[in-house]
Amino acid sequence: MRFMLLFSRQGKLRLQKWYTATAERDKKKMVRELMQVVLARKPKMCSFLEWRDLKIVYKRYASLYFCCAVEEQDNELITLEVIHRFVELLDKYFGSVCELDIIFNFEKAYFILDEFLMGGEIQDTSKKSVLKAIEQADLLQEVRKLPHNMLCF
Amino acid sequence: MPAVSKGDGMRGLAVFISDIRNCKSKEAEIKRINKELANIRSKFKGDKALDGYSKKKYVCKLLFIFLLGHDIDFGHMEAVNLLSSNKYTEKQIGYLFISVLVNSNSDLIRLINNGIKNDLASRNPTHMNLSLHCIANVGSREMAEAFAADIPRILVAGDTMDSVKQSAALCLLRLNRTSPDLVPMGEWTARVVHLLNDQHLGVVTSATSLITTLAQKSPDDFKTSVSLAIARLSRIVTSASIDLQDYTYYFVAAPWLSVKLLRLLQCYPPPEDGALRGRLTECLETILNKAQEPPKSKKVQHSNAKNAVLFEAIALIIHHDSEPTLLVRACNQLGQFLQHRETNLRYLALESMCTLASSEFSHEAVKTHIETVINALKTERDVSVRQRAVDLLYAMCDRSNAKQIVAEMLSYLETADYSIREEIVLKVAVLAEKYAVDYTWYVDTILNLIRVAGDQVSEEVWYRVIQIVINRDDVQGYAAKTVFEALQAPACHENLVKVGGYILGEFGNLIAGDSRSSPLVQFKLLHSKFHLCSVPTRALLLSAYIKFINLFPEVKATIQEVLRSDSQLRNADVELQQRAVEYLRLSTIASTDILATVLEEMPPFPERESSILAKLKRRKGPGNQPGAEEARQERERERERERSLNGSAEHREGGAAASAKSSPSVDVLSVAALPTNRPRPVSSVSLMQTPFLASCAAPSSLSAGPMTSLYPSADLLGPTGSPPSTGGSLLVDVFSDSLQAGPAPLDLAPPNTAVSEDNFSRFICKNNGVLFENQLLQIGLKSEYRQNLGRIYVFFGNKTSNQFLDFSSTVNCPDLLKTKLNVHTKPADPTIDAGAQLQQILNIECLEDFTPAPVLDIQFRYGGTLQNFGVKLPVMLNKFFQPTEMEAQDFFQRWKQLGAPQQEVQKIFKAKHPMDTEVTKAKIMGFGTALLDGVDPNPTNFVGAGVIHTKNTQVGCLLRLEPNTQAQMYRLTLRTSRDTVSQRLSDLLSEQF
Repeated sequence: MRFMLLFSRQGKLRLQKWYTATAERDKKKMVRELMQVVLARKPKMCSFLEWRDLKIVYKRYASLYFCCAVEEQDNELITLEVIHRFVELLDKYFGSVCELDIIFNFEKAYFILDEFLMGGEIQDTSKKSVLKAIEQADLLQEVRKLPHNMLCF
Repeated sequence: MPAVSKGDGMRGLAVFISDIRNCKSKEAEIKRINKELANIRSKFKGDKALDGYSKKKYVCKLLFIFLLGHDIDFGHMEAVNLLSSNKYTEKQIGYLFISVLVNSNSDLIRLINNGIKNDLASRNPTHMNLSLHCIANVGSREMAEAFAADIPRILVAGDTMDSVKQSAALCLLRLNRTSPDLVPMGEWTARVVHLLNDQHLGVVTSATSLITTLAQKSPDDFKTSVSLAIARLSRIVTSASIDLQDYTYYFVAAPWLSVKLLRLLQCYPPPEDGALRGRLTECLETILNKAQEPPKSKKVQHSNAKNAVLFEAIALIIHHDSEPTLLVRACNQLGQFLQHRETNLRYLALESMCTLASSEFSHEAVKTHIETVINALKTERDVSVRQRAVDLLYAMCDRSNAKQIVAEMLSYLETADYSIREEIVLKVAVLAEKYAVDYTWYVDTILNLIRVAGDQVSEEVWYRVIQIVINRDDVQGYAAKTVFEALQAPACHENLVKVGGYILGEFGNLIAGDSRSSPLVQFKLLHSKFHLCSVPTRALLLSAYIKFINLFPEVKATIQEVLRSDSQLRNADVELQQRAVEYLRLSTIASTDILATVLEEMPPFPERESSILAKLKRRKGPGNQPGAEEARQERERERERERSLNGSAEHREGGAAASAKSSPSVDVLSVAALPTNRPRPVSSVSLMQTPFLASCAAPSSLSAGPMTSLYPSADLLGPTGSPPSTGGSLLVDVFSDSLQAGPAPLDLAPPNTAVSEDNFSRFICKNNGVLFENQLLQIGLKSEYRQNLGRIYVFFGNKTSNQFLDFSSTVNCPDLLKTKLNVHTKPADPTIDAGAQLQQILNIECLEDFTPAPVLDIQFRYGGTLQNFGVKLPVMLNKFFQPTEMEAQDFFQRWKQLGAPQQEVQKIFKAKHPMDTEVTKAKIMGFGTALLDGVDPNPTNFVGAGVIHTKNTQVGCLLRLEPNTQAQMYRLTLRTSRDTVSQRLSDLLSEQF
């Protein structure tokens, strides 16, 4: 996988992960271009498209688009399920995840993605293993941390 | 504000994010961010040492700001500090910041590497994982250098935790992709392969990814992985779905791992060992069987995962291309998907069938689905699916169904989306040519193409139809008749006018017997389109007219009248004017015999691969190749290209090695084939495209090389040289062809930094034009000079359909020049998009008189190959001339003052170009001096005066040029106050005549 993007219906980028070195300027250009292409597509259209020399696999969950760029020979359907598994992981961690969770806890979203994908390849497909790694980290933290409800106001 | 925040809430961060979200405008957001940045900066700079938590919070805020799209130029140090924290989340944020924001700041990299090293050695699995993630995320060369040796050890060590093994495998994979030379696997190979047997499926999954990548590069080293992969696959495929517990995904057993194992097996041919092969066939059959079973769940995830494995299995079956039963079963399975209600599956089935069509075993089976595919073309609502259908039709086309398929594509073209029209046009053109039994059908098809999608019919297509008509005399009469009829339409596309003009010009005589298409009717028909056409087309029509004069003496007078009209003879366009003048003159003075020789029918074109095919091949994608054999070659080539892109050229399977060597240049070569393929109106017609005088003086020299040397004289008549790229103006085309013969071979051997100076001398007397051109790149210049200062606008045009990467263009002055000339460049953009143009500005200051020229060094990456060459920049001493007007008396007085022997340089030389007074005048003025009339007592001599401005001094120059038309010689005398200047100016100017 070359990169993964999460963006909203309004074209706001929520998460970006690049698995090959890309200049900041090129990234911005690609993101803009790709968002335009994907957002213009109608709901019933297929989830794959050719873009530059890459294959784009995307899926919309509520207000968020999850969009992966993979190589020519990569398997589209399994990429679609990579996206779904990532959504499941987020969902399990945040408890019925929504866009706001990803905005306010963007660093967590990155951590979860890192546990799941590394260098663009699946590291572990087991939901348990991935979440175990994340929760372990939270546990390490909570020994020292303030209670959750600090955040509620 | 959501209530959910697990683990470590950072209240300040949440407030900040909330503030940003509440900003009503972009300005408000920027204001809030700037406030925050100032705050963080002061905190970081403050005297009080920050505790880990605050540091983490601020670093996290910076990260958020960066991800919003703003630049961050501080905080790196604080992030690096976090790495050494012993609190996990602080460390984690530090690593995250670094992976997102790291730049190749070398001091920092060393500190980061230090942090990573500590964590790697910590034996704490969570810390080790963090550091491995960081290496994989950054993947820089420095990191590869520092850690490539440690990671394999961690990967295969017996006591490494499973999760760390997984990270280590993928980390190694990433480093292998970025710096393969630094990751020698040698001693680890066997133990890495053995990971396929690991108990932990997560480890096997990561290891399979790693092994696949490595096996693609050096298949021989990882051959043993085949049997292990088959064993593993077989166990998964036959397992009950619950056996694998957490690795079962919606009732599908380990779909990711299955797909990866099947990918790994695609690095190898079918196993030779019978038992192993049988076991694999069994697996593949089981997977195909499962597709027929009722689904275990209605969820789309279930069917996706199941079909992902199925498609990968089919990819392997196609790759092996050896088991007819499996191939046919695969084809039937895909056939079912073609009518599936899921758009995704229809898309993938079309795509996958494209490759099946190229197997001899399944080609016929694929063809049975033709109606379904045609139907898809008509009914699919998604353009990307229709695109796949077009690809598949193209791939399944053969002689038996070509007419049907071409007809369907043509009718689809009428309504097709603009984004895919050009490709369809190319495909139709290729199929029509390839499977044409009778060429009348071919001609009809191409004319139809122009009618339906004229704008998308590229030059290659209409060149090709002309090429074929010229080479096949059985179709010429039909072609003439058909274009004649097509041109009757009141509005026809300009491309049709071009084809029509060319064909009638060559073969109009074949239909002239019919009174309805008599010569005069033909001419009037063509001429009725003339005024609506662009300049290149009009130029072509003028050539057709002169051909008519030869073919049909009876219309000579009519045509001459047209040529003589003011709108031709005084046309503002130099090219048109020149043609009109020359053709008129030619038709008047040349005898019938000469006319017949000069305007003879075009000779056949050498048979080469179709230029259209070459163009189509350059477009990526599997469906671009009809016929089994070629498709396989193409696939092979694609694969080679991938491999060579991945950076390893040395490990390959034996058979592929030979073709592999040439692979990086394959693209370039096929591009190179293009310009030579098109109907080059060289031989006879090209005579007409150089200035008349020139062609009369040396007609025999025109066919080959000396074209270039003739050109400068044409140049002076007008700025024809400037845009020779696409327009199709024949003169310019011929010229650019002959140019390409020069610099092109240099580009094919990238390591040679050759300096091109072909066009250098053309710029001595002018400031604008094309400096350099090859198949990839065109460099144009516009320059202006005032006194000792100059500015050059350099335009780099990407002629290809791919991006140029890592582009750089710098000016190098030879040592001798450094103290005499200052050249300032602004760095150019690193990429040039396909077909785009990039501008670079050079500012030049002349300090002292000079002889050598600066060199423009150009470097870029095209299709994986580094291109590197130099072009001599036409900055010469005479550019800093200011003309000086003076009276005869003045002139002679100064002439005498500059009488010292070293101040004068005289040169006598033979004329290289026709001796034309107007041309000579233009050149002397172009050289930079004033042209002084009435100074020399002999009116045929030329006299000029000017002052060379340098920063340090000014040098007055006088020149005199005495032509001797009888002897075809010149004498050039230069007198200046400085001997080096006299010599240099004499050298420069004497080259021009």
